[in-house]
Amino acid sequence: MSLSLLVPLLVALPLLGAAVTLIGGRRRRLQVVVSIATLSITFGLAVFLFAVVDGGSPLAVSVGGWPLPFGIVLYVDRLAALLVAVSSVVLLAVLLFSVGQGAADGDDDTPVSIFHPSYLILAAGIFDAFIAGDLFNLYVGFEMLLVASYVLITLGSTESRIRTGVVYIVVSLVSSVLFLSAIAVIYGALGTVNMAQIAERMAELPDGVQLVLHLLLLVAFSVKAAVFPLSFWLPDSYPTAPAPVTAVFAGLLTKVGVYALIRTETQLFPDSDVNTLLLIVALATMIVGVLGAVAQAELKRILSFTLVSHVGYMVFGLAMATPAAIGATIYYMVHHIVVQTTLFLAVGLIERRAGSTSILKVKGLLAAAPVIAAVYLIPALNLGGLPPFSGFIGKFALLDAAAQVGTPLMYTLIVAGIVTSLLTLYALMRAWNLSFWREEDDSAETEARIQHLGTAPAAEEVSERRVIPRIMTSATVGMVAVSVGLTVFAGPLYDICERIGSALLEPISLVDLGEVEEES
Amino acid sequence: MNVSLTLVVVMAVLYAAGVYAMLERSLTRVLIGFLLLGNATNLLLMIVMGFPGIAPFAGDEGRQSDPLPQALMLTAIVITFAVSAFLLALIYRSWQLGQADTVEDDAEDIALRMRAAEAEQVLGAEGAGDEATTDFVDVVASPLRAIDGADALGLLPDAPVDIPTSAYGASGAQSPDGADDGDRPETDEEGRS
Repeated sequence: MSLSLLVPLLVALPLLGAAVTLIGGRRRRLQVVVSIATLSITFGLAVFLFAVVDGGSPLAVSVGGWPLPFGIVLYVDRLAALLVAVSSVVLLAVLLFSVGQGAADGDDDTPVSIFHPSYLILAAGIFDAFIAGDLFNLYVGFEMLLVASYVLITLGSTESRIRTGVVYIVVSLVSSVLFLSAIAVIYGALGTVNMAQIAERMAELPDGVQLVLHLLLLVAFSVKAAVFPLSFWLPDSYPTAPAPVTAVFAGLLTKVGVYALIRTETQLFPDSDVNTLLLIVALATMIVGVLGAVAQAELKRILSFTLVSHVGYMVFGLAMATPAAIGATIYYMVHHIVVQTTLFLAVGLIERRAGSTSILKVKGLLAAAPVIAAVYLIPALNLGGLPPFSGFIGKFALLDAAAQVGTPLMYTLIVAGIVTSLLTLYALMRAWNLSFWREEDDSAETEARIQHLGTAPAAEEVSERRVIPRIMTSATVGMVAVSVGLTVFAGPLYDICERIGSALLEPISLVDLGEVEEES
Repeated sequence: MNVSLTLVVVMAVLYAAGVYAMLERSLTRVLIGFLLLGNATNLLLMIVMGFPGIAPFAGDEGRQSDPLPQALMLTAIVITFAVSAFLLALIYRSWQLGQADTVEDDAEDIALRMRAAEAEQVLGAEGAGDEATTDFVDVVASPLRAIDGADALGLLPDAPVDIPTSAYGASGAQSPDGADDGDRPETDEEGRS
């Protein structure tokens, strides 16, 4: 009996939970209890595993006991454990939010009998992708979370959701096929799909072949991470999904792609160098994304575009490939998972309170709903990168790491990073001014000034104002508290991220996997 | 490693046909394209398996086939199967909702593009004679509309028709009506408004 036997539980438990909730589809209370219990247990497990791997070496377990080239290896290091823990928190908060929403609406928007099983399978897929020790298992993890996300994004099968769901699904399918082809080609070249073995054998290949394999994987993951120019699908497909679903997608799904990019860059292809390309792509992602956000008048779309632009920061940090930069990227990732989810939850509350998400329509919320104002303002300032929040710390760490490298391209990117940050702040604060500070009976002058924003067709639909159950507000406030916690405990967390950063740049040692073989 | 040339050629053709079919707007063709792509990838896995040999793990000595790609292929086939089933359900639902089975444009994007065109029109009036800015001004702004029978004589309107929504402007009058009236009366009204 060793600790590594706990690792498969991270995937097995949510799958078991999904089975139970599917069988108990008629019993709403049972489903809620099972889902919450499952995610709480995985959170505890992830924290425990993090404590274990932070003190010692990474844990690896060969599922089914097959020897190395054949067996599926699950691999938990600090990065995987940290991300699983953070995702569990986010998943739990969003689950509570949607439970509240479902209870208040009589489950119109979230037909629970499908929602809970899909949600838990999504969780299992995310966790599986984080702890995958071989590329094929990563693919399976991706597919699990994607198939669950197909169900969630078309939940209710309304006309608009089907339309946007189709775009999302077709794009995801293409990227999955690319990923699978990449795996096939890598297997053909190296005779293994295990990440540690791939890293070990990659140096033997000619440079050109390495580059082709590298770019294939990068394209496949960039689609999932929404890196420009492969990001077009995201602002189109996310906003129409139900608020909690969008929140969890925005927080986690793109980050799984970023995580795969990190593994690819640091561990699979340490020699093959496409960093200049990645830096330029990061620059374009930041700027194009945030310009999209500035042009929009609908809150969910504004947030979707800022999501794209902030993925640029992560690619930027990743492409610098110094330990400090990787550490900063991971801190930024954790910060962004929490803050982006919180913002989408806050927008969900705004939608319920005001009946619309168009910043042209929503007025006077500050007086009407001060709590919603607070849960919007704090993460908005945080995302915009104002000190003292974690967004500032993350961006500062990234730009500082870039300044240490000090090439002209780096300075260009630093400027772009600052501009992006300011434009993000502009887009989010404009929304704040119009939706929260504007009086109900506003002057004709203001109306004329915002006329250029035009009408946003999706925001035209004004739904009825609905009551906000306390549990939804509490879940959002809880997420805000977590994001503030990231600021308060930035010191210890940042130390952890730096340790991860330096560990990632060293190759995965086969010694860890050797232990597996002895155990099996 | 020797590989069968036939397999490589078949794989290449499948990839090409799959990509071509996926570029269509009709969802059914996208599905067919996806199936072809999935099969092409499975063939790729089979090609990297190398030489064909006797069954692995059966206990016989000799040249065994590489078992790993087979396992990968089986998994990939199952995933493709599940996703195709989901896509079929989605296509049916899309048809049921009266959207035909096509990939629709994003109404917000079109609105944004119209806005940009209007802004350019204003600028063009001031700057007088800047022809490049007037591209989209007088055109009904649905440059990505799916082709239907009204656009070319050679095309028969046998496919479900892409009925423009109100966001597309007044082009609704052109679309052939009455194809599936019984199923989607609501959208017909929208199309004419």
